[in-house]
Amino acid sequence: MVAGTGKLRKLRLKAPARPEDLAALRIGDVVHLDGVIYTGREGVYRRAVEEGVPLPLDLAAVSNVNFHCSPAAAREPDGSYRIGAVTATASFRFAKWMERWFALSGARVIVGKGGMSGEDYRRLFRPAGAVYLTTVGYGTGALLGRGVKRVRSVHWLEELGIAQALWVLEVENFGPLLVDGDLEGNSLFERENAKLQARLREVYDGLREPALKRYGETTDRGDEVV
Amino acid sequence: MTIPADRIRETARELMARAAIDIPEDYLAGVRAMIAREKGELSAFVLEAMLENWQAASADRRPMCADTGLPRYYVKIGNEARIEGGMVALEEALRRATAEATREIPLRPNRVHPLARTDHDNNVGIFTPEIDYSFEPGADWIDVTTVHKGGLFGTDWRMLFPGDGRDGIRRFYLDTLIAFGRRGLACQPVIVGIGLGGSKDACMVLGKQAACLRVVGDRHPDPEVAALEEELTALGNRIGMGAMGFSGSSMVVDCHVEVAYTHTGGMPMSVHCFCLSSRRATARIHADGSVVFRTDPAWFTPYMRRETVAWSPAPESSASSA
Repeated sequence: MVAGTGKLRKLRLKAPARPEDLAALRIGDVVHLDGVIYTGREGVYRRAVEEGVPLPLDLAAVSNVNFHCSPAAAREPDGSYRIGAVTATASFRFAKWMERWFALSGARVIVGKGGMSGEDYRRLFRPAGAVYLTTVGYGTGALLGRGVKRVRSVHWLEELGIAQALWVLEVENFGPLLVDGDLEGNSLFERENAKLQARLREVYDGLREPALKRYGETTDRGDEVV
Repeated sequence: MTIPADRIRETARELMARAAIDIPEDYLAGVRAMIAREKGELSAFVLEAMLENWQAASADRRPMCADTGLPRYYVKIGNEARIEGGMVALEEALRRATAEATREIPLRPNRVHPLARTDHDNNVGIFTPEIDYSFEPGADWIDVTTVHKGGLFGTDWRMLFPGDGRDGIRRFYLDTLIAFGRRGLACQPVIVGIGLGGSKDACMVLGKQAACLRVVGDRHPDPEVAALEEELTALGNRIGMGAMGFSGSSMVVDCHVEVAYTHTGGMPMSVHCFCLSSRRATARIHADGSVVFRTDPAWFTPYMRRETVAWSPAPESSASSA
């Protein structure tokens, strides 16, 4: 059955997002975005946060939605850009820059892949009034590509290259995305991980450990590898 | 007749597009069946979104996923086949097709030097794209298969020992699925390929081929191996983990095991997860230059899995494939 997918709340969120709209989001909500978003990942974070290079535009005036993505963009003869498929990159690697990035950019929505830890949400996101939305699948590249209506501008293209540049995108019905981290610091992935724990004891029940161990190996199946 | 190298290049370019854009029908049918059984609402929602995504990809002729993986080839050469310019021309044709398809489709130029991280922007470089070969007695055609598999999560290898037995196999299988299934890093539900035995490198190669080159529903001809495939498929779906690691049952669309004779003291095992986009496409180029496309690579033949010194096909087995 499409068991109970009707129970998930489906919402449209305007970007840039208003605080009251973010406060209404709960983990597990399905969100589609309309408006303006921008890409930014380690290249932008290093340059802006670590090297202190001033941002190439007044980002806070443009949008507060930061997408962890490298678009597959091809330049057209008229100088515009064509975007085919769009897929997020795993966000857990970027947590270390978030606190200063929130202060610097005014970002309040992070869109990416796989979320960050619940601790990151409570320690970094909640104080900044920020939420985390994850792409689904993974690999709804064609649907997300359809949602990108236009490349408004691209910044730091020469300095960082196509994959790492800061792309400002106009989007419509951009999704689906799932709320993984809400303003209270809840994590959807961690809630689901917790449900799994009881099952794991049963699944491993009676299976002997292998003869040869490995360095660095965890035997706690409650652990994550990220 | 001689197969023209240009025909190989054109065919490989078309294969690149088909693999990137169109979900194989066997995998699609497998996922549809999983949705029908899925009780977890989040997992079911994700799978419904994937169905919509595959429709959008085919309708728009856009790649299903923007991370178009590591494009590479599997080539099966009939023993009687002749290629214009020989094997060197074939390899050049496949490298050219990769560079051209990367620009035209476009594919993401994922391939970089491992240390310098420099890029030719065309998915071609040192040892790239990989080309694996196999041969078929009595045939005058060549089969070209492309696979675009993601490269980061969902694969592991371990040296087990005969004393670890079936428990060792089950445990390492579960370890790999659970480690990479959390948060959906494996991009499940997946086709799992398992290499069992062989030398260490052969074990990895066979497991990857089992994941990428056998279709959903295919069973190994050895009944004992086939039974293990069915047991492991069911075990993976009992973990309680569905799409994106959410509660559910949609973890393993199918599990394929390939066995190879191994060291008497060991039982190496590899596990490979072929993702929600399961990108593969195959074409047979006949001696007269005609081309027939399909989605079943039919890679593992009775000849490939032979146990004996010499090859003497039984009449009924020579025509069948994996």
